[in-house]
Formats: sequence, structure tokens, C-alpha cells
Amino acid sequence: MSANNPEYDFTWCPGCGDFGVRRALELAMTEWNVKYETPMANNVVVAGIGCSGNLVHLLEGDQPYGFHGIHGRSLPLALGVKMARPELNVVTVAGDGDFLGIGAEHIGPQAARNLNICTVIMDNSVYGLTKGQASPTTVQGTVTSSTPYGKLETPIDPLALYLTLGVTYIASSYSVKPRDLAKLIFDGMEHQGFSIVHVQSPCTTYNDTFEVLKGNKKKGIDPSAWTIPADHDPSDRAQARGIIEQGGVPLGLIYQDKSRPSFDAGADELNKRASQKDTATLLAAYDL
Amino acid sequence: MAGRSEIVVRFAGEGGQGVVTAAEMMARAAAGVGFHALTFATFPSQIIGGPTWTQARVSRYPVLSPGDTVDILVAFNANAYEEHRGDVREGGVILIDPSITPDASDTAHRCIVVPFDELAKQTGEARAANMVVMGGLSRLVNMPVEYFKDFVSARFAGREGVVEANHMALDLGLAHMAEEAPVSDLGEPEPPEYKQLFIKGNDAVSLGAMHAGVEFYMGYPISPATPILLYMERHLVGPGRFAYQASSEIESITSVLGASFAGKKAMTATSGPGFTLMTEGIGLAWMAELPCVIVNVQRGGPATGLPTKTEQSDLLAALTPAHGDSRLPVIAPGTVEECFYATVAAFNWAERAQCPVVLLSEHTLAERAQNIPKPDLDATPVESRLTYSGGEGGGENGYLRYDGWELSPMPVPGHAGAYTANGSEHDPYGDTTHLPARHVQMTERRFSKMKLLEDGTFESERPAAKIAVMPWGGSKGSVREAYELLREDGVDIGWFYTMFLNPLPPKLLEELQAKDLVIVPELNYQGQFASVLRSLRVNAEPITQYTGLPFKAGKLSERIRSMIASASKTPQAVKA
Repeated sequence: MSANNPEYDFTWCPGCGDFGVRRALELAMTEWNVKYETPMANNVVVAGIGCSGNLVHLLEGDQPYGFHGIHGRSLPLALGVKMARPELNVVTVAGDGDFLGIGAEHIGPQAARNLNICTVIMDNSVYGLTKGQASPTTVQGTVTSSTPYGKLETPIDPLALYLTLGVTYIASSYSVKPRDLAKLIFDGMEHQGFSIVHVQSPCTTYNDTFEVLKGNKKKGIDPSAWTIPADHDPSDRAQARGIIEQGGVPLGLIYQDKSRPSFDAGADELNKRASQKDTATLLAAYDL
Repeated sequence: MAGRSEIVVRFAGEGGQGVVTAAEMMARAAAGVGFHALTFATFPSQIIGGPTWTQARVSRYPVLSPGDTVDILVAFNANAYEEHRGDVREGGVILIDPSITPDASDTAHRCIVVPFDELAKQTGEARAANMVVMGGLSRLVNMPVEYFKDFVSARFAGREGVVEANHMALDLGLAHMAEEAPVSDLGEPEPPEYKQLFIKGNDAVSLGAMHAGVEFYMGYPISPATPILLYMERHLVGPGRFAYQASSEIESITSVLGASFAGKKAMTATSGPGFTLMTEGIGLAWMAELPCVIVNVQRGGPATGLPTKTEQSDLLAALTPAHGDSRLPVIAPGTVEECFYATVAAFNWAERAQCPVVLLSEHTLAERAQNIPKPDLDATPVESRLTYSGGEGGGENGYLRYDGWELSPMPVPGHAGAYTANGSEHDPYGDTTHLPARHVQMTERRFSKMKLLEDGTFESERPAAKIAVMPWGGSKGSVREAYELLREDGVDIGWFYTMFLNPLPPKLLEELQAKDLVIVPELNYQGQFASVLRSLRVNAEPITQYTGLPFKAGKLSERIRSMIASASKTPQAVKA
């Protein structure tokens, strides 16, 4: 929307990984609309607070609905949208600070419910918008503006966390190849349940990891990103755990459980067992 | 007091002894034959055990409060006997279990030993002890035992054995008391002409929401608001409707906002601690102009406070829960009946002005079971938000969701009018902005919508009096009784009341501003509503109480009387 909007003055830094994620999300939503013959207005993008959350204002072309709420609460906002209107395609976008720090309490319940939304996490291991503080995924010992003598905590392992909590679609990628990422996001939208696409989206200002991700032969740096082999079976939980435990940044679908019904499908089932009464009937239960 | 046409019976014992159900049963049976009845309950925050007491006040005339004095105490254990007998009026009766040794020096009360459990066992239904009590009470208040028998027959219809045992228990209780003189005579009931409900405040709130057309509910269990969650989960079902238990109050409010954004009428209910957790979300609702209803069933605070006691100490929090410039519409029902209408009004306000509205109930109302006139659904209009369905309203970059200084139609996701609901300050499209002129416009826009909510009704009596009393919320009944006591004595005092606390009906505010003194009895330390009124240039003085219990009318009338006396002695304290 902001392309023509002179009032909106936020921009990502040159080279920011979030540009690639934006492109991937645009591609995935467009593909969705073509496949299901729905207007862009059938998509709702719920954003967290941070550089990543601004994605909702920076989408180009035909505009979906957006909800740019409060820090850490993209998941419960999306919960409300989805359970109110299950026919909408609901996507949440958030960063590692928003999603894994202040908002971490919301992941477990949505995983337990198998909330039918697709979540795209832009992980840059730093709080960028507030100028470079340590985040939950910042490596131990790192010096940042908020850890002047090095970070004390060990970083959390988001992929292992998702698997443990019962997220039913877990993919990992980076922002370098938007078309590959778009495929993972689209499949996450297709998945009937809670899907998370965890994307390494480097911050070129405070934590530029592009070189680490892609490697640099001249400098003798091996790439931390690696493609998940074609023979990996995402329905196998043990194999999925094996992929995660290899470390680095796996690229592709790690885990998918298609056996559990989504939360809205479960609610439909409950409705079959419940009897809806009109207000006059409900009132009559208290008649004297 | 003999011949008095009302009676207050208190049941005291341990949680789990049927103490709670006894008062409700007494009130329900009496209301069923045309008396007016109201219950009061206070209990510890534990499942079984702990000192619990409830009371029922029954009268030939409408009752407004739990009552000041106790006519009959039913003490299920020695502790209850010691704790409560001081509250029984002179000449009152105390029914005790044989395990309790009565104080022989107590000549003020008539003490009657009733082997509740032993008599119940004779019926083959050990749980019928309450019915033994009711049988005895029917004698003491001169109420035909048939009233209770009819109630039992209706309650346990189809379960012959249970009905028979309970009828026997009633007869045994009555027989045990055959030689006792009645303590009071209620006389013949005068059933009202209109249809009635017997209902608690929380259920009245739930039904108000159902009538208003609630479609989405999420809530987290918390005393004393949990019954609203349970009601919604059971009854807010069917296509397009959803109710579920949240994982926290933060999730409750934010999911409600997501649903509101998606086009649904949405509500959550909580009590003080949960309300505190919701505050950032409530600010988001105000900022993004999302209609929703937040019910706060007040309990004692702050922090965990007094989970099962009553207090009116969340008013200031309800008005300005969020940081930044906002002031929420607040509606506070004062009776069980008003719980229904206040909830409908809260939805209407929220939908009309596209903003969050706080419904401020409280523990006494939530747990009070009472006979009330049955709401006339056809005469209670329901409003829905103005929606955008395409056409005019589009700007260069999309739909102008926040255009100008007044309300704009709300688009519905899935349809034309895509915009971003934004918790950051935003331009008309919903995109973030920092322009000073825009913050000025949007701030004024959000406040100017409050003008749409100036249709609140109010009560005003004796407008010529220079001094008036004005309660709010659940203190209404006790204060009304105090007012009537003062009027019986010829005290020159006026009466104001409204459940629309913000914005106040403008005409009411004018009348209040013209008074020399407005006395505000309220259950908090600071005199919260009085301070709000003072900020609106009303010369208001609070009468406060913060015991966790409601006002007693008699004592309150004395406090009002002495405030009037000191006001007239110190003219500088009142308006020139």
C-alpha cells in the first residue's frame, strides 16, 4: 500500500532479508487466489511488531486485509480472525523477538488446537527496529547493544520447540530464494492445521548472516544452510528430529502431520453435538 | 418485628454442606408462589470446606438488598453459630445441629436444636437435610409447606423416589417444629401481574449478550466471571458462532479483536486480574476502532485481592485501562434485571461507535439470584455496526477506513475495502504514520465518536432538593433503601442514578452540577466515582466502605444523615 502513500515513511534497510520474504508471500497468496478463485481480499495478514511486521504495509500490488496489532500477539489475533471466519486464508508474519520472545506463550496453545493458519517467521536473531538488542535466537556470547559483555543465555532452538509443541507443519528456509520459499508458504497455507515456515531473514545492519548462510569459498566459510535430502519423510517424527539435530539451517519441509483435524474442523464437529436455541427459549429456562 | 412482611434467613456452615443451595432453594420456592426474593452469597476460594454463608431475603414487596438484620440463622456447625449469632436480631431464631452446644446465657435469641442429618436419614435420602431445614422454616415463617413441596415436585419431576424422600423430609422438619411459634408472618403473597424470571446476574449478562447477537466469545476461568464462560461455551453454538476457553486473558482479548475485525459481534468476560492483563489489547481496540464488549465482574483488588468478595474498585481502571489518550465507555448495571439490559446496551454502544465498551458488573450481582420482570425481547432493540460493501469511500490507495473526524463504515474481510487495522497511529488507509496533524485528527476522531453514546437513561427524583444521593453499580439497592429510610424521616434529599457512567447522560450531568452536594456511596477506598464526578465539576463527596461486603441500608442512612448535617454546618464545603 505504501508505494503510493507518502505518509508511510518506513523502509527496510538496503539488502534486508525481509524483501525476499515479502516477495515470497505475495507469490504464495497470488497462487492461492488463482487456485481457489478467491479475491485478494480473502487473505488476511496478521503482523507482529518489529521490522518484520511492517511487511503488512509494504506488500505490493493487489492488497489483502491486514492487522498490525500489538507486540507478541499476532497468533491470538489470528486465532480470532480464523475461528470467526474459517473461510478466510489467514497468515501471520512476525520476527524472532515478537514470536519467540514476548509472544512465545501463544505457540503452545495454537499447536495444541492445530489452528488452521500459516505463520511465517522472519528470524534475524536481533531486535532490529529498536536498534540491535539480543533476541531469543541470538548466539550465546554475542555482543549486542543490550549485551555489552556478551549474551549469557543459550539461544533457543525454534525448530525443536515447534516439533515438541506439536506444530503439524514445520518448514525451514532462508530469504535468499523467494520462489522456493513461496512454495513452502503456499504448502503451509494448504496444510489443514498450524503451519510454521521459519525463515532466516538476515538483518544487514545489525546481524548480516548472508555470508554464513550461503558460505564463501574464498574465505573458507561453509554454508550453514543445507538442502533437506529428497528421501526425507516429513511424516516421520524421528526423521524430522534428526534433521533438526543436524544443526545449521535446513531448507525445506521438515515435518508434516496430516492426521490431526484442524481447530475449525473440530469446532464444526462439536457443533453437530450441540443444540442451538434461540434467545426466547434460553430465557424461558429461567421462567418463574 | 412480629407481623413484619419480610424475612431474612441466613445459612452458615462449611462449603459442601449445601449452604449455597439452601438460600437459593428458599428464595426460588418463595418466588415461585409470588413472593419477592433475593439471595446473597459469600464463600472462600476453595472447593470443599471453609466457612461459607448465604442468605435469602423474602418479602411480599420487591427487595433491593440482602437485608441488614437476620431473623433466622441456620448454623450447620459450631463455628458458624459463634460467627453469626451476633447478627441475629433480638427475638430472632437460631437453628442448630445437635453437635452444637448453645450458649445458655444467650437470652436474646430462641435456639432450636434440629437433628438435620438424623431426620434426613429417616427419609432414605441422606442429602435431604436441606429439606428438613425448609420444613422447619415453613413453620417459623408461617409459609405453607406445600409451597416447598410444589417446588420439589417441579425440580425433581420424573424422579418419584427423590420427590417422595424430600416431601418426607419437609414433613419431618415441620413436625419437629410443630410446637414452635412463628418468628414472622410473611402473609399472603401478591404475585405480580407480569411474567418473571428467577435468575442470577451472570446469567442475565449472558442472556443479554445472546439477545444482542454475540457471535464470538473467548474467556479464561476466573472468579466471579466463570459462569459467563460456561454459559457461552454451552449455548453460543451453531453456524457462524464460536465460544471457547482461552489460554490467558491476553489471548481472550486479542482473539476477540481478531473476530471483531473479521466482522463478528464479540465479547469476553473476566474479573480484575484478567482485566489488567487485557489492558494493552483494549488500547488496541480503541486505536484500531474495533467494536467489542469486555465484561469485568469486579471482586476485591488489587492483584489477586479478594476473589470471592465484592468491591467497586475497578471504575478508574475501566475508564482508562490502557496507556495513552483513551477513555472507555463504561456501563455498570445496578440490579440483576439491569445486568440484562446493560449488556444489550454495551453491545449497541460498541457496534454503534466502533469501539470497546466495558460492562462493569460485580460479585454481589453476579452471584445474586432474584426474581425479576421477564425482559421483553421485542421491546429491546439491537444495533449492528455500519459496514462497507463497496462503492464510495475509496481513495487513491484503497479504502479510506479512517477518513475524517467521524465514524466510517467497517469493511468485512473477504469483501471490498481491504485495509490494515493498525495499533500504531495511522493514516486513513490504516498505514503507520507519524505526522503531527494526523495524530491530532485521529485522536479527535476517536474521542468525538463518544458523542454517539449520549443516549443513556437515568433516574432523577426530588429535583428541587439541594443535596442528592447518587449510587452506582451494585450498591444501588442498599443505597435506595437508605434513601427511602431518610425520606420516611422527612430528610430533604434527592436521588440520581444511571448505569451509563461514561459518557454520562448530558442532562444528568447538568442536574448534578446544579446540586450543592452529591453524596456517592461506593465500595472502594478512594471514592472513585466521586472523584470522576468532581473532575466533571460536580460537588461530589464519597461515602466509602471496603470490607468486601455490601452496604447495609440502616448504617448507611446514618452516614448520609451525618454528611448532610456536616455539610450544612460548613458552608465552605458546599457550592456557594
